[in-house]
Amino acid sequence: MMPDLGKYADTVLSAYVASIALLALLVLVSVMRGRRVRDEMKKIEKRVMGNG
Amino acid sequence: MSIWEYANPKKFITSTERVLPALWAASALCIGVGLIWGFFFTGDEARQGATVKIIYLHVPAAMLAINTWVMMLVTSLVWLVRRHHVSALAARAAAPVGMVMTLIALATGAIWGQPMWGTWWAWDPRLTSFLILFLFYLGYIALWEAIEDPDTAADLTSFLCLVGSVFALLSRYAVNFWNQGLHQGASIFRAEAVIGTDTEEKVSNIFFYPLMLCIVGFVLLFVALVLYRTGTEIRARRIKALMARERVAA
Amino acid sequence: MNALLLRDLRLALRAGGGFGLGLAFFLILTVMVPLSVGPQPALLASIAPGVLWLGALLACLLSLDRLLALDWEDGSLDLLATAPLPLESVVSIKALAHWITTGLPLVLAAPVLGVLLNLPVGGFKWVVISLLLGTPALSVIGTFGAALTVGLKRGGLLMSLLVMPLYLPTLIFGAEVARRGAIGMEVQTPLLMLAGISAASIALLPFASAAVLRINLR
Repeated sequence: MMPDLGKYADTVLSAYVASIALLALLVLVSVMRGRRVRDEMKKIEKRVMGNG
Repeated sequence: MSIWEYANPKKFITSTERVLPALWAASALCIGVGLIWGFFFTGDEARQGATVKIIYLHVPAAMLAINTWVMMLVTSLVWLVRRHHVSALAARAAAPVGMVMTLIALATGAIWGQPMWGTWWAWDPRLTSFLILFLFYLGYIALWEAIEDPDTAADLTSFLCLVGSVFALLSRYAVNFWNQGLHQGASIFRAEAVIGTDTEEKVSNIFFYPLMLCIVGFVLLFVALVLYRTGTEIRARRIKALMARERVAA
Repeated sequence: MNALLLRDLRLALRAGGGFGLGLAFFLILTVMVPLSVGPQPALLASIAPGVLWLGALLACLLSLDRLLALDWEDGSLDLLATAPLPLESVVSIKALAHWITTGLPLVLAAPVLGVLLNLPVGGFKWVVISLLLGTPALSVIGTFGAALTVGLKRGGLLMSLLVMPLYLPTLIFGAEVARRGAIGMEVQTPLLMLAGISAASIALLPFASAAVLRINLR
């Protein structure tokens, strides 16, 4: 299954791991902040509209 | 039907939310298939061996790193001219994405350079200008974070983006010149560095198709991320406005 | 306009040493370089042009936060903005005053400090010429950075982060002129590029600085 990477196995794998980790981190941080902001907005909207 | 309809934040959020799931899925599919195809089903290149597989990450990230700044320049101009808030917020949302892409390009480049050139880092013009681009992203993001008032922040960062674009371009040429000045005749570096971008000429079809797929996937991921993050910024802005209204009412 | 220039110059000269600080910083930095990299004459001679340029650039950068912040705090910037003088001219004069009080002394001090760094004889001329051409650009670009961050409480560090990338082209070409001059190479191309950057910055950036300042003042 695993292709033979020869003597460059470390190089190629570390490049893949580093890039995919960075991309995943970016998506994760974006989605988490998006969720938090969305919830907060709903809460505040309810409060403000309820009072108003 | 004009593009300016999407300058309405509500319209922007409802329509982007309709297309976002498809975008996420398409980008994941393209990147997944492209990377698996590239990683498992393409052979080694004669001179570079297995390291050629890094190309599927390095090239798309590098392309986006530059084009994100161009996109920020365009949206900043739209904000300055037509005062659409969504446009300014899209620039803000894109900046961290561009910064991460620059980081990926630098990291994969360093990892690739280690076996190929025998060094993690060389002050090659291409590498140096990417590092400079990274500094520009840092400054831009820091300025957004530093200013309280949203409209002032949008205006100031737009100007920084405008002026920064000119100086970033100047740096690119300055760096080109500076390195030739330092390394007269050392053209092996330059020729090898070119392999990164001259893929269409140097790399045969086996590598080309998965690479194209990865580029498409990265672009789709970029679009999805920017649309999603812009939505987040719009909501954050609304929270601010609601809280201000609450304070006035109280 | 003359009155404003004279006022700025007088303030810089009187207000407790703002004038000499940049020079003192330049001197200390130059002394620290041999202490940190070692006193070998050949090594110092090869890095002298770059060190002088970097020192001058950092000295310029350090004095930037006084450029607009003092006038912002006591409100005279608001007065200047409502004065009949266009804000573009105000900004240009501020940059000119900054250059006269910071850039020009640095240019004059550079040859003296070059002796400390064992700068080759042929290099003195080119170090002075490149700094003379480059420091105006540093002042004008710095004014833009100062205008961007004028409203912020602790904007000093942020301003350095914003201004330094903008300084890069000037630094690269300026240091290249000095370096090539010191080893007796052809300097025409970087010299012309340096002059071009300076001229374009002086001509165009005051408009951006004034626009940014207006945003901060509203």
